[in-house]
Amino acid sequence: MPVAEPRDVVIIGSGPAGLTAAIYTARANLHPLVIEGEPSSTSDQPGGQLMLTTEVENYPGFIDGIMGPELMGNMRAQAARFGAEFRTCKVGKLDLSGPPHRLVADDEEIEARAVIVATGARALMLDLANERRLMGYGVSTCATCDGFFHRGHEIAVVGGGDSALEEALFLTKFASKVHLIHRRSELRASKIMQERALKNEKIAFVWDTVVTDVLGETAVEGLSLRNLVSSEESALAVHGLFVAIGHVPNTDLFKGWLDMEDTGYLLTQHGSTFTNIDGVFAAGDVQDHVYRQAVTAAGSGCMAAIDAERWLEASHSAGNPIVETPRNW
Amino acid sequence: MAENITTLTDTNFNEEVKGSDQPILVDFWAEWCGPCKTIAPILEEIAGEQAGKLRVGKLNVDDAPITAQDFQVMSIPTLILFKDGEVQARVVGARGKGQLLEEIAAFL
Repeated sequence: MPVAEPRDVVIIGSGPAGLTAAIYTARANLHPLVIEGEPSSTSDQPGGQLMLTTEVENYPGFIDGIMGPELMGNMRAQAARFGAEFRTCKVGKLDLSGPPHRLVADDEEIEARAVIVATGARALMLDLANERRLMGYGVSTCATCDGFFHRGHEIAVVGGGDSALEEALFLTKFASKVHLIHRRSELRASKIMQERALKNEKIAFVWDTVVTDVLGETAVEGLSLRNLVSSEESALAVHGLFVAIGHVPNTDLFKGWLDMEDTGYLLTQHGSTFTNIDGVFAAGDVQDHVYRQAVTAAGSGCMAAIDAERWLEASHSAGNPIVETPRNW
Repeated sequence: MAENITTLTDTNFNEEVKGSDQPILVDFWAEWCGPCKTIAPILEEIAGEQAGKLRVGKLNVDDAPITAQDFQVMSIPTLILFKDGEVQARVVGARGKGQLLEEIAAFL
């Protein structure tokens, strides 16, 4: 397969981190290529997790908030305006034994001096057989897509963080009642979200409880629950199930190459976006399980772009020729 | 919307889908569904490339709730492939183009 000249920068991922890195590297004339991912109905898709949200109220600069998909559409258009290129696919294979590093996207082999990893994180599901079977028949990965189909019905949201409360509040527009099932007796969510949820008469809290099964033949009819304090088992009749119990980083592709925590989050050198491999930088939720905000992701995307730009300059001025290395797919 | 794509409603569904002489892939979608929008260009490409072999129809669930309910659509996008008026395949959730074509290929 013929390989074109190595590119200066390839960015993997197109959430706030990837697109901010694209804006900065494009403005630095590094002609970035963004491998933006493939459409899906989970948070692992072009534009990232914000594509499945409604109003973003805490991204600075938008007095009245902005819709998540609109914010991401704007960031993409802004990167494109400065010359960033996009491929709507996923990275198939990867060889980080360079620089240049190599990757395959849509059957095309691409070489890059610098790679910015911004693949983000995706929502976890409960991992129950009947949850998978009833996906699309009452079990949903996208509240903004599917809330509509539960108009006038009782539904359940599982989780206790900001994402869970956001979904629960959004779903009260459609559902007659939202049961919020949480395995602890208090919420992890921010104070403002807690206040809104606790005040909402349509939200009923089910504390200290986990979902042990999803019931229904052809569509969701209910849930089996277990109280973790009393060990009592019960059933709850609901028409739909939305899961927001946390996230897992999208790092399978980098196993064996990049240093990561046991939980899969990439490790970066303190205060920077440098990974353990020369010319590979990590930004956004893929390396952050602490803050996980659109604005922190964008901030670290900017850091990765500046780190990559300076690293490219330093390796050029040091006269480091790009050495052909054997492929190690 | 691309000229190759048929807009389906509760009124014309039977005529356009049940009476279609070609297989037809029906996209159940809505304006407020992000993943539905991300696959819209893919469906336009498929409609253009497969013209004469496969039709593509779009059914807005806001405008055609009865048909959506008839097919038990509870999640969008849902794509249903019909051939000779019968359901052949059902894809729930957005997909990349390659994977979508793969999932319906056997039924064309």
